[in-house]
Amino acid sequence: MHELSLSSAIVNTVVKHAAGRPVTVVSMRVGALRQVVPDTLDFYFGFVAEGTVCEGARLEQELVAARLRCAGCEREWEIDVPVFMCPDCGPSGRVEVAAGDEFEVESIEVEEAECIAPR
Amino acid sequence: MHRTKVRIVEGALDANDTIAQANRADFDRADVRVVNLMSAPGAGKTALLERVATDLPGLRLGVLEGDVEGSMDADRLAALHVPVTQLNTAPGFGGECHLDANMVRSALPGLALDEIDLLVIENVGNLVCPAEFRVGEDARVMVSAITEGEEKPLKYPLMFRACELVLVNKIDLLPHLDFDLDKFLYNLDQVSPGVERILVSAKTGEGLGEWRDWLARMGSPVEAPA
Ligand SMILES: Nc1nc2c(ncn2[C@@H]2O[C@H](COP(=O)(O)OP(=O)(O)OP(=O)(O)O)[C@@H](O)[C@H]2O)c(=O)[nH]1
Ligand SMILES: [Mg+2]
Ligand SMILES: [Zn+2]
Repeated sequence: MHELSLSSAIVNTVVKHAAGRPVTVVSMRVGALRQVVPDTLDFYFGFVAEGTVCEGARLEQELVAARLRCAGCEREWEIDVPVFMCPDCGPSGRVEVAAGDEFEVESIEVEEAECIAPR
Repeated sequence: MHRTKVRIVEGALDANDTIAQANRADFDRADVRVVNLMSAPGAGKTALLERVATDLPGLRLGVLEGDVEGSMDADRLAALHVPVTQLNTAPGFGGECHLDANMVRSALPGLALDEIDLLVIENVGNLVCPAEFRVGEDARVMVSAITEGEEKPLKYPLMFRACELVLVNKIDLLPHLDFDLDKFLYNLDQVSPGVERILVSAKTGEGLGEWRDWLARMGSPVEAPA
């Protein structure tokens, strides 16, 4: 169910940048560690977008794989199960998330009125 | 009409984090340390607070109760003469399952921060959303009841990784359940290696001294982390 609150966060962020212009596409980068179900996010986004400049916009989600880095041995590796331990250093290695916790609005596509003066 | 692509690159939760920082600044100014207490529904957050609330000598405790509806938990703590503020999340839209920084901000005027040293925020029972929304806390504590099974850390890594302390509650039920404590602790260490944990029972009192000491350390201005 957290996709509902995340959808609200997306819409609020987009509304801030859209400056009143209708939005046609919202492109997101979503890290695997966010545990977001893409279809569910899509569904709630459509729902929350209603009545805002995001209404009818397409939500594009680029999934970012989870990568960890060990501060001890500088090894970097990808994970698909939630094990946050360095295979070399074990519990003593301090493991950091190098990628996979993103939840970013990367870009939006908006409709501009043609009246902007050409240069 | 034509279409323009606008590059943004902004975390969708940044707005929440900004408000959380403002809350934190207000708490710091009032010299109040803040603990965000989270768990699945019914893991024992309120019970564990009740059991230590009157046993923190020299420390003025306040509680902010986040609940979808009702004031039952708040009433339980108020009965112990702990100052409690109730924050119901039901009237909002889209965020009823957790507290966010803005909701906590809206509760600040009612909090009498100059009369407390430690504020415990009991979040709404939920293992996902509360982990994503900072509210301005100094530390996060989660309660995981052994009735929830050994796999919880693997299923909710976001939550387990977000916390400085894990209270493994309802440990009194160990003889009655198929719960494999070693397996749970192993899973916990896979997800958040070495994270501080206390085995507790709000029923028998096991581990409550340690939990109280943790809170006392947290709430004392000299030893609180910067
Ligand atoms: N056996 C046992 N029961 C417990 C323990 N701690 C809490 N309970 C019971 O678990 C139930 C839920 O406890 P609460 O303290 O209300 O849990 P909570 O996390 O505050 O629940 P919500 O606020 O509704 O999410 C109650 O019936 C408690 O009596 C414990 O250590 N052992
Ligand atoms: Mg409660
Ligand atoms: Zn290593």
